[in-house]
Amino acid sequence: MIDTVELAAKDPGLEQPWVELGLKADEYERIKEILGRRPTSCELAMYSVMWSEHCSYKSSKVHLRQFGDKRPDTEVLLVGMGENAGVVDVGQGYAVTFKVESHNHPSFVEPYQGAATGVGGIVRDILTMGARPVAVMDPLRFGPLDAPDTQRVLPGIVAGIGGYGNCLGLPNIGGEIVFDPSYLGNPLVNALCVGVMKHKDIKLAKASGPGNQVILFGARTGGDGIGGVSVLASETFDADKPSKRPSVQVGDPFAEKVLIECCLEIFAADLVVGIQDLGGAGLSCATTELASAGTGGMHVVLDRVPLRDPTLAPEEILMSESQERMCAIVEPVHVPAFLTICERWDVEAVVIGEVTDTGRLTVEWRGETVVDVPPATVAHDGPVYTRPLARPAAQDALNLDSATTLPRPTDGAGLRATLLQLLGSPNLCDKRWVTEQYDRYVLGNTVLAMPEDAGVLRIDDGSNLGIALSTDCNARFVQLDPYVGAQLALAEAYRNVATTGARPIAVTDCLNFGSPEDPGVMWQFAQAVTGLADGCLTLGVPVTGGNVSFYNQTGTTAILPTPVVGVLGVLDDVTRRVPMGFRADGEVILLLGETREELDGSEWAQVVHGHLGGRPPRVDLGAERALATVLVAGATQALFASAHDLSEGGLAQALAESCLRGGHGATVALPGDPFLALFAESTARVLVSVPSDRLAAVQTLAGAHGIPLHELGTVGGTALELGVCSIPLDELRAAHTATLPAAFG
Amino acid sequence: MKARIGVVTFPGSLDDRDAARAVRLAGGEPVSLWHRDSDLAGVSAVVLPGGFSYGDYLRCGAIARFSPVMDAIIAAAGDGLPVLGICNGFQVLCESHLLPGALIRNDHRHFVCRDQALRIECTDTPWTRELTVGQTIVVPVKNGEGQYCADAATLAMLEAENRVVFRYTGGNPNGSAADIAGVRNAAGNVVGLMPHPEHAVEALTGPSTDGLALFTSVLRSLTRTGVPA
Repeated sequence: MIDTVELAAKDPGLEQPWVELGLKADEYERIKEILGRRPTSCELAMYSVMWSEHCSYKSSKVHLRQFGDKRPDTEVLLVGMGENAGVVDVGQGYAVTFKVESHNHPSFVEPYQGAATGVGGIVRDILTMGARPVAVMDPLRFGPLDAPDTQRVLPGIVAGIGGYGNCLGLPNIGGEIVFDPSYLGNPLVNALCVGVMKHKDIKLAKASGPGNQVILFGARTGGDGIGGVSVLASETFDADKPSKRPSVQVGDPFAEKVLIECCLEIFAADLVVGIQDLGGAGLSCATTELASAGTGGMHVVLDRVPLRDPTLAPEEILMSESQERMCAIVEPVHVPAFLTICERWDVEAVVIGEVTDTGRLTVEWRGETVVDVPPATVAHDGPVYTRPLARPAAQDALNLDSATTLPRPTDGAGLRATLLQLLGSPNLCDKRWVTEQYDRYVLGNTVLAMPEDAGVLRIDDGSNLGIALSTDCNARFVQLDPYVGAQLALAEAYRNVATTGARPIAVTDCLNFGSPEDPGVMWQFAQAVTGLADGCLTLGVPVTGGNVSFYNQTGTTAILPTPVVGVLGVLDDVTRRVPMGFRADGEVILLLGETREELDGSEWAQVVHGHLGGRPPRVDLGAERALATVLVAGATQALFASAHDLSEGGLAQALAESCLRGGHGATVALPGDPFLALFAESTARVLVSVPSDRLAAVQTLAGAHGIPLHELGTVGGTALELGVCSIPLDELRAAHTATLPAAFG
Repeated sequence: MKARIGVVTFPGSLDDRDAARAVRLAGGEPVSLWHRDSDLAGVSAVVLPGGFSYGDYLRCGAIARFSPVMDAIIAAAGDGLPVLGICNGFQVLCESHLLPGALIRNDHRHFVCRDQALRIECTDTPWTRELTVGQTIVVPVKNGEGQYCADAATLAMLEAENRVVFRYTGGNPNGSAADIAGVRNAAGNVVGLMPHPEHAVEALTGPSTDGLALFTSVLRSLTRTGVPA
């Protein structure tokens, strides 16, 4: 029996499964108030998915407003937050759109498909803006390397990212792989995509013009992913509840590849008024968002939706998160041309409805009206919570527990052993076992990819215009101080982009936290958002969009707060990019920036002592900005042979990586206390090597911007000579590369 | 007038733009060929690029071989048209029986993308004319199903008839028999290889520019045989 609008009005007392759909009592009451009656089962389904934490940002909205309120004065922003992805101007008539999003819970339940569809979803967001997707990146977090569940989760997630991205033909140019016990029951799979278009080709998600046709195209709708956003993404896992496997979508990268080419041909022919992808919340999201952003009304005939499973109920069709689907608004005169292009690519396309000026979204099923709602109430008027927040009681004790008193190596042999131990530790070891499973060459525009500091792409063959992207977050620092930690994540990504010679211009973020119902987690979240918004204002880089992922915890234990920050930069001439590895014997090695006794939260404290406590390193955004200016100017003037950011593992790690990248040794005199010089994690520092005839120019440049400069030594030989100890490159390489193959085969 | 080299696009082809760029950088004119086309638009040679044709959910290349454009290519290859199959293109050529053997899942069961050294074994093809036997080139390899296999008699025949064109050196990335990275047909005009010469045509984006030689070779071959270049 179909639950129609007529029936809902007649039978107000019917018991409805709002609890099972993840709604709270007051939210259900609010829906009844909006509609003046109980919702139909279809309407209830739509509200439940759209008012979920994942779609409505109900716990985060009050904090995220800061990204708008504190937005720096910048001319690069073409489309800001609220659309599928932000768009920025990179010059020469080009626009770049980029965003990072989470797919954490699906990837824990079903690692391969969860990660694969995470890539698929973010790629469609970028495509929806009118852009050709040109690259992906994946910031990942796992439990301890030696934990049995990491053996289950990591290979599946990596294969899923590769399987989907490789088959789409998108180079994977960077990301992160970090291990920490807090992610054991809740790994993080964040996926970033970047796309390029001309300014005039930007598309928006709006259904304007009464009489315009609503076309659903791409894959057929199936029973997969029903309730993905509400049941999976917006709740904590509970071992006692039934398996959530049916809530994970299944991906078909071939269908998405064809859909990309089909859409780009449709865009080139200028055939759409508005377009929206179907991701979380499926048709419920696409129809209500399109309608509320446009003229305001839409009529949809649900029977026309092509189905993989003909037994699906209308509620399921509205909630399904089947992948590789798009929804376009097309003027009637353009419909034949639109369908012809779809036919050429063998993409199924069906007119499922039209735009109206009624101000209502109405959905018809078997000749009866099953939905009749004001679309904005579904898409935008969801509940907004000001959740209670409180600094955790244990925070003071955590901050007092400094790493400075931990035992340190005292002689050359001890320093040598520590360096090798860190170099092979899970977070600092060579990640090729993972990154070799990703295609980094396809499309022929990859200039730098992992393990480089940032991924660098050429976007114009003729002018050599290029972009750089880096994602970063040291969640240990965020745990120690979420305000400072979020700024440190921003500073690191900003610095990584500048290290390649690119001018940082814009930010995306993926804010991964525990349960918003825990006041301590909400405090972390509020502090981190404020820190990030303030930091972006200081650095002059706007947040263009992103994603919030709550409920990342196992039982009552939250993950380390992990606000992953992605920074986009521009290289006017990408041939001037600076790689991370030493390039030739005789280059002079310089350290830019100041080293302090900053060991709290460091990899040394973690790896050697299993310690996390104290205060994170000082964040100095003024110094970061000045350093970036020096790096970009130096790259433009071709002063640097190589440049490599200092972060986790400090100078020791940076030196080892710069040596191993091209197989060049180095002889270095460590300034000050050798242990601090090697392992402190002070920020705003970069290691550079310069041809000796450029040394004076670099000194002048650094001096002009107040950047401290230490001459460390020279490139050459087959060992890393540190004065206090010497390590042959072969030994460094063996320590660096053995870890992941030993764990995963 | 530049020689016109066809680059086929199947649904799911990925490296077609890269192949077209390589043709252009070598001095030729790339011509896009669509999988539903049954004529070859008068091109003087054809490149079958990498990717996952029709998704490759069945055996790689198993569906592509039945496309209209492959009927035309199979016929033209019999008449001596130079054909180069790269990665998925190599798989399609094997499925089409233009080349012997088959490509199966890598022995380590993972997709692998790395810079790979290849030894040139045969320069008696229009695609390798400008290379030298024994020379080492470095080009990217990237595949999940790149393990070349054939029965013992076929492998012996390939060696005896000098039909192994490229061999992996400094490590075999996928368990291919006899380190075979690429082979040719008996006449020499059809060549297939798993690694990607089209990704090694510019110093800015590739590990080398070694791959360009395959494309300049075919252009020179076309000039020699009287086709305007």
